[in-house]
Amino acid sequence: MKVKYFAWVRERVGKAEETIEPPASVRTVEELIAWLSARSEAYAYAFEKPKVIRAAIDHAHVKSDAVIAGAREIAFFPPMTGG
Amino acid sequence: MASPDTACPVTIRIQEADFDIAREIAVLTQSRTDIGAVVSFSGICRADEDSAKVAALTLEHYPGMAEEEIRRHTDEAVSRWPLNGITVIHRVGRFMPGQNIVLVLTASQHRQAAFQAAEFLMDYLKTNAPFWKKEESATGTGWVVAHTRDDEAAARWTKP
Repeated sequence: MKVKYFAWVRERVGKAEETIEPPASVRTVEELIAWLSARSEAYAYAFEKPKVIRAAIDHAHVKSDAVIAGAREIAFFPPMTGG
Repeated sequence: MASPDTACPVTIRIQEADFDIAREIAVLTQSRTDIGAVVSFSGICRADEDSAKVAALTLEHYPGMAEEEIRRHTDEAVSRWPLNGITVIHRVGRFMPGQNIVLVLTASQHRQAAFQAAEFLMDYLKTNAPFWKKEESATGTGWVVAHTRDDEAAARWTKP
């Protein structure tokens, strides 16, 4: 699946998007954040406060317990500040 | 011709270019006589943010989702109020104080629906549409922190 990062999450991870293949044991957004955080210092820094991070699956906002199976694109970003 | 209460054209644009409010209102109301009220809200880059002087603001967005999320909000506005047209334009890129950032136009037969729908759309845009602001000031650059007052403003539209 494709993963996208925005704003300071993007800056901390060090990339705007990538394709990942998490193991089947990673079922939810929350578990994906934990799996990504274990990859490197950069990811751990980006996701150091997981409760602050917002997520979207296929362009729709989701909660941290959302199931990621079947997702084409998952995005992680800070609370929005547009308008 | 569609009946006035079902004809609500919705325009959503995300662009770097500036917008002309008068022109957008003219586009919304042209060749229609059922519109009695147009409310216009424009968001402008401000020089003062929490006592710090802002030199410039950079707006980043999530292409694709931003348009879809705004569409979900305009769909809800159309279902909640008798509207005759909506225009939402959100600019992205780098802005100096005084420059336009966002425009929301709502058209209706009467003012109340137009006022309420414009406020509803702006409250939801601020908290749910995937845009992020980065500020440049004399002390450096940093991402704007979301305000709980914006969440509270959006929450008051939630149906009981």
